Amino acid sequence: MSTYSLSDGLASGAPGVSRAPLLAIWVRESGVGILASVAWIGFGLSCLWWEDVGDWSRTHSLGIAAFIVAAVALFGTVGADYLGSAGRGLRKRAPWLVALGAFLTLWEVATAKFAWLPLPFFPPPQSIIEVYTDDLPKLLDSVFASVKLQLGGYLIGATIGFLTGVSIGWSRAVGYWVHPVLRFIGPLPATAWLPIAFFTFPSSWSASTFLIALATCFPVTVLTWSGVASVSNAYYDVARTLGAKPSFLVLKVAIPAALPHVFVGLFMGLGSSFAVLVVAEMIGVKAGLGWYLQWAQGWAAYANMYAALIVMSLLCSGAITLLFAIRDRLLVWQKGTVKW
Amino acid sequence: MVVAALAESITHAAAGAALDIEQVSHAFDIDGAELPVLDDVSISVEPGEFVALLGPSGCGKSTLLRLVAGLDKPRSGTLREDENRIKSPHPSRVVVFQDPTLFPWRSVWDNVALGLEAQGILRSQRHHVDAALDLVGLASFRNAYPHQLSGGMAQRVALARALVNDPKILILDEPLGKLDSLTRITMQAELVSLWQRKGFTTLLVTHDAEEALVLANRVIVFSDRPARVKADIRVDRPYPRHRGDPYLADLRRQILGLLGLDATW
Repeated sequence: MSTYSLSDGLASGAPGVSRAPLLAIWVRESGVGILASVAWIGFGLSCLWWEDVGDWSRTHSLGIAAFIVAAVALFGTVGADYLGSAGRGLRKRAPWLVALGAFLTLWEVATAKFAWLPLPFFPPPQSIIEVYTDDLPKLLDSVFASVKLQLGGYLIGATIGFLTGVSIGWSRAVGYWVHPVLRFIGPLPATAWLPIAFFTFPSSWSASTFLIALATCFPVTVLTWSGVASVSNAYYDVARTLGAKPSFLVLKVAIPAALPHVFVGLFMGLGSSFAVLVVAEMIGVKAGLGWYLQWAQGWAAYANMYAALIVMSLLCSGAITLLFAIRDRLLVWQKGTVKW
Repeated sequence: MVVAALAESITHAAAGAALDIEQVSHAFDIDGAELPVLDDVSISVEPGEFVALLGPSGCGKSTLLRLVAGLDKPRSGTLREDENRIKSPHPSRVVVFQDPTLFPWRSVWDNVALGLEAQGILRSQRHHVDAALDLVGLASFRNAYPHQLSGGMAQRVALARALVNDPKILILDEPLGKLDSLTRITMQAELVSLWQRKGFTTLLVTHDAEEALVLANRVIVFSDRPARVKADIRVDRPYPRHRGDPYLADLRRQILGLLGLDATW
């Protein structure tokens, strides 16, 4: 940026000399955006130029949409200086737009146009778009069911894990009883409980909630425990000489000090609970994205599978982003000290 | 001055308490072996006195401070604060440790408020927190987090955190030990003026003879572990004291002699 303003200053002094550097800067700043635009025009053309080998209804709209993206990429990067933070963001992500446009073009050509990849196992982009537009209600129902199941199980598991971890870390007596149980049951993958859970619990929904909670509970417990156990005695000494009672030591010393560890546990628990969620939905629960995947496979509706997979990955990465945002908010004091 | 007025507002009833350490012995268990650290230590401190405890490193001075604070119980002997036996920690006896041990998840203000919050009286005494921060000159850092502070600033916050509780006995465990020499000299002067203004009894552990002599009314010299009282030296000099004072230099020579350093310096 400083180079830019420097040559800007030169431009006003000696207009004749500055032409070339200005052009070079302009190309450097907007070149990738123009390239991105070209890639997306390529994608649009690949949609409209040849005839589809199969019968897909959204090919035309997809081509138009690709041209719109190309236009946005072009004007957005060329005019980025007038668009504030949106323009800067677009410029930063322009290389990804290039890659995405090229990938989509290749995908379109390799499936819908020349069928280099065997159909129906590799559906073209427009058939996935078709799923999102035509099968939306069912997909939304599945998303809703998955989120509900995951959220309930995860919250229960995280709460129980947190409370157990704090109690083991704090009380020797609780540790004596709970630690061996944890050692025995904890490492068992939660999915191993699937058969038992499905016939002991009254409904497949409660069985899955139990399994998700179980999968979340173990890492949260272990990391909360190690967090509480590793709090320096000096903090307790300071608090005690200032008149702190045991409840204060737990709530205001042990727990805040252990919080960075707790978040590692919550992160790991989230990962393992996703695995359990999908397996539970595929096997027992009659709703959710896992079930949708299974159903789509049964009907050989491969486009629906890819569509559901994309939604699933967006949800999982969204959940992790949310967890990180909460962590960053709660652990502002860590800024510049510890990161994991 | 505003700061002085605020300091008065904190002071109110607090004055020093007497401290009696009677025939205290203590030992640690290390892998089943008994390691004696304190051997029949008796010290009687008057209210408002500034006593420095000096001894070779690892001799057991810090252990004695922990006993005075009530963080540990002695194997034998008794400790009393104004005739009351010391059995557990109490905010009338506050410790400032060698490391500031500020809670990293709390802002400076919240760190200073810790004692009042723990005792459940923060709501009515919030102004004491502000006054204590003013007192150590860090009012403008109230919203900073500990990792943003320098070593000297962090130790000042630790001092404010202690002072906000109106201690009757202030226990200082080498609080200036890790600071650079310039900050150290400034903070020594600040300590003396705080002590003079507020009148609390002060117990300072140090291994720096000069620091002990510049600050204290009385310097108690300990032997090597297990610690025994080797000498009890009264320092009758007005404040502010000067490091170059020949009287102090003479005392310093005596003390270093007691610590076994006659010929080497």
